[in-house]
Amino acid sequence: MSDKKSPPIGGVIERGGTAHEYTTGGWRKFKPVVDHEKCINCLICWVVCPDSAIIAEEGKMIGFDMEHCKGCGLCASECPDKITAITMEEEAD
Amino acid sequence: MAIARNKREQMGLTGNSAVAMAMKQVNPDVFPAYPITPSTTVVEEFSSYVADGAVDTEFIAVESEHSAMSACVGAAAAGARVMTATSSQGLALMWEVLYIASGLRLPIVLCDGNRALSSPINIHCDHSDTMGARDSGWIHLYSETVQEAYDNIFQAVRIAEHPDVMLPVMVCLDGFITTHAIENVTPIGDEEAQEFVGEYKAKNSLLDTDNPVTVGAMALQEPYMVFKYQQSEAIKKAKDVVIEVGKEFEEKFGREYGLFESYRLEDAEVAVVILSSAAGTTKVAVDELRARGKKVGLLRPRLFRPLPHAEIAEALKGLKVVACLDRTDSMSGFGGPLFNDVRSVLYEVENRPLIFGRIFGLGGRDYQVKDALAVFEELLSTLETGKVDELIKYITFDPEAPLSVDGSGC
Repeated sequence: MSDKKSPPIGGVIERGGTAHEYTTGGWRKFKPVVDHEKCINCLICWVVCPDSAIIAEEGKMIGFDMEHCKGCGLCASECPDKITAITMEEEAD
Repeated sequence: MAIARNKREQMGLTGNSAVAMAMKQVNPDVFPAYPITPSTTVVEEFSSYVADGAVDTEFIAVESEHSAMSACVGAAAAGARVMTATSSQGLALMWEVLYIASGLRLPIVLCDGNRALSSPINIHCDHSDTMGARDSGWIHLYSETVQEAYDNIFQAVRIAEHPDVMLPVMVCLDGFITTHAIENVTPIGDEEAQEFVGEYKAKNSLLDTDNPVTVGAMALQEPYMVFKYQQSEAIKKAKDVVIEVGKEFEEKFGREYGLFESYRLEDAEVAVVILSSAAGTTKVAVDELRARGKKVGLLRPRLFRPLPHAEIAEALKGLKVVACLDRTDSMSGFGGPLFNDVRSVLYEVENRPLIFGRIFGLGGRDYQVKDALAVFEELLSTLETGKVDELIKYITFDPEAPLSVDGSGC
């Protein structure tokens, strides 16, 4: 809420992209780990990630945004079978 | 209903045609609707206006009423003036999204032809559809006549878009009895209509990419209640706006609209509280009994949500006995919603009147002058004995022989 006394009518936030401020990394039970030696930068993981948590720069898979990654494992599951560069590991408590 | 101050041309219109015509005169930006059964011909007629180029409206034919209301929400969030129409099961299918429309404070106007909900399947007049949506945060206006339904459309636009309100409004008229019956209507001119509703400028638009907004954000434990409080305060303010807009409408067009209609209530000892078209039938009974010297009257709520509780209490406080007639049963085992509301309203009244609830007209079952007279007879005998015999009861109906009711058939 921008103004504590008069919250915006209907909960409309007068800015865009505010979901980024809501971190969901704490929801994780398993975390994705990438082996850059194996990765072919096909970026299928970037396409399928439901939370935009794959960091890609200049056509290369760099890593994960662990503030937002919920650990759903889609990236690991969709990483090509012959490559399997992404694997899921149990999140340490 | 007051007679028009200025001599204007009259037209014979069904409720649906009159509502469609009012919507044409408003010329909304977007009209999403599911155009087949159980919708009314409002949608069919409005889509003809669109096809004929009589309006600038974007008509969206969707695959269900859930989608219709979702499209209304999307278009309204984009800053459009939005209208739709439905009935019965159609409104039931909109349920989930009705709450989203009011929670997002989108001034959508919906016209509902009040009809029964299944099961059993029935297409006739009944208030179960909108009464089920009475807690959805929408403002509810109930119309007695075709003229009132027509006039309510223009007022609904102004009420919904008022900066103190910003809430959706449903205009209700009785299925078949009002939607399909032809009555004399005195329409207002196209230019007058445009001048009355004015131009709608939404504060935010989803399509304004230079000023992006987030609509429908999450609000958990702490903020959720803040927004609900804000919404609750807004619907309370709607009452004054309904009065203000009604006054302006009367000044311009000569027809008077308030929170409710009081009919021969000033010196009445007993009265019926009833919504919509059945009030017309009841008024005939009031006149007959008044001619016989009985002090009887009627109160017909027009604004049902928000409930003008203080005003209704003030209007009913001098009475001895009140009967509330509901065209729906809320299946609580304790009568209909109007009965429960009015009974609760009267709790604060000193020397409060006795009250009983009667359920009538479900699924279009006939309610005639003789049935209204029977209710008044009950009221008058309660006045004599000072004791309510039966708190809640179905009328025009014999539970011992439910399929062979006098004249109303089955």
